[in-house]
Amino acid sequence: MATTTTWVKSDRQLERERVRARRARRSASTATVSTVVFLVLVVWVVTNAPGWDRVQDTFFNPEQFITALPDVLDGFLVNVKIFLIAEPLILVVGLLVALARGLTAPVFFPLRCLAIAYTDVFRGVPTILLVYLVGFGLPALRLQGIPSDEATLGVIALTLSYGAYVAEVFRSGIESVHPSQVAAARSLGLTQGKTMRFVVLPQAVRRVIPPLLNDFVSLQKDTALVATIGAIEALRQAQIHASSTFNYTPYLVAALLFILLTIPMARFTDYLAARSQRRRGR
Amino acid sequence: MSVLTLEGVWKSYHDHPVLRGIDLEVAPHEVVCLIGASGSGKSTLLRTVNLLETVDDGVITLDGQEITDPGVDVDGVRKRMGIVFQAFNLFPHMSVLDNITLAPRQVHRVARKQAEEQARELLARFGLAEKAGAYPDQLSGGQQQRVAIIRALATQPRLMLLDEVTSALDPELVTEVLGIIRELKGAGMTMVLTTHEMSFCRDIADTVCFLDGGVLLERGKPEQIFTDPQHPRTRDFLRSVIESGRF
Repeated sequence: MATTTTWVKSDRQLERERVRARRARRSASTATVSTVVFLVLVVWVVTNAPGWDRVQDTFFNPEQFITALPDVLDGFLVNVKIFLIAEPLILVVGLLVALARGLTAPVFFPLRCLAIAYTDVFRGVPTILLVYLVGFGLPALRLQGIPSDEATLGVIALTLSYGAYVAEVFRSGIESVHPSQVAAARSLGLTQGKTMRFVVLPQAVRRVIPPLLNDFVSLQKDTALVATIGAIEALRQAQIHASSTFNYTPYLVAALLFILLTIPMARFTDYLAARSQRRRGR
Repeated sequence: MSVLTLEGVWKSYHDHPVLRGIDLEVAPHEVVCLIGASGSGKSTLLRTVNLLETVDDGVITLDGQEITDPGVDVDGVRKRMGIVFQAFNLFPHMSVLDNITLAPRQVHRVARKQAEEQARELLARFGLAEKAGAYPDQLSGGQQQRVAIIRALATQPRLMLLDEVTSALDPELVTEVLGIIRELKGAGMTMVLTTHEMSFCRDIADTVCFLDGGVLLERGKPEQIFTDPQHPRTRDFLRSVIESGRF
């Protein structure tokens, strides 16, 4: 029969599609209406607050915004520089520490202990404290070759702190690779090292990219902590402006710059996560 | 001389004995088929031979060399055997070709070009030539197991260990995997395999061993084991297999 090979939508199906389309239209309009109502409500509450006029002047002052922008932007370049240098360093430190923790040969026992001690200590110390300790403690040693530049010291502190987190991220990725993959590689005669290099690590790294990027979003904000030891970056520039005018709009400038930097990174992370989700589903 | 011998091999997990004094000899070109219920110790036996598990007692030799010696070069021993597991065999981040050439290149120091040539030859021989560039998740379960077997073959092992290679497969995919094993037997490969496919076992094995509770209860030619089993446990096992329709 020829009719079985060519498909003409049945009336029942057409009716179903009409119902679905109607439902989709309804949910779209509901979403729009509720969003508008919500925004109007928020704006109304904030602008009708008794202190709104003063807040508007001290935090949202257009003239202050324009005067502060060049300096804060200038300082922000220091933040960008700090994390661009710190990020690759953190990846290297994190990976090495994660690998050191996995060394089972007895010769490497001290190295393994060191790696465990490192992650325990540096994950436990608040980042701001570490910035202080490295920023003021290291130069105070007066050892030769120790940098005195605040940005460099900041990079060292942030690398030490984030290296410990990233090491744990790598380690969880390594442990998430199914043991039978190791068995398959070892049974082919691959040594422990080659099994790690060719079979375990490539799979582990792929899995931890989204959490790693998440840590980097957090790192981008934490570059502001370097302000506490005197590096002239975005937050410090904003502080300088604010303290001379008693207007806080420069902080808003700094905040906006940080958001502009972290949002693309966050979207990129989402994109990668969604992609790996799709891959698993294939 | 035997390719593989086991003498009085014992293995326990947490005080639970899994192998209780196994003796076994495998001659060159012999195909030994291990049968028995789940938990009888078949898989553990293969894993101890591949040194994935350390034995609690006993001696295993490969080509006359004791491989259960604590000082043995484990990687060197594994180079001479191929093992294929039930599932999760292939490396998901590598193409079929890279899966097959990894060990020849990294363990046996074969040049890339030569290793790939050999891999393509093997793929062609087993009807998978067009899959060289595919990734494991683009293959059917049967194709994956065939590639896993080819990968184990690529290092030209002295002995192949096959652990339930068809039990994770849909029935219509089992045939293609059994075909490749049959071809290996034809080529004279020495093999020890565990299986639930009794008709295949009867067809391919030179020797059938029945394991029960970690003991090798009965061994013999397939005709003898399947038509005239001596031990009552073997008889019970085969009866239950027939009743479940797997024979």
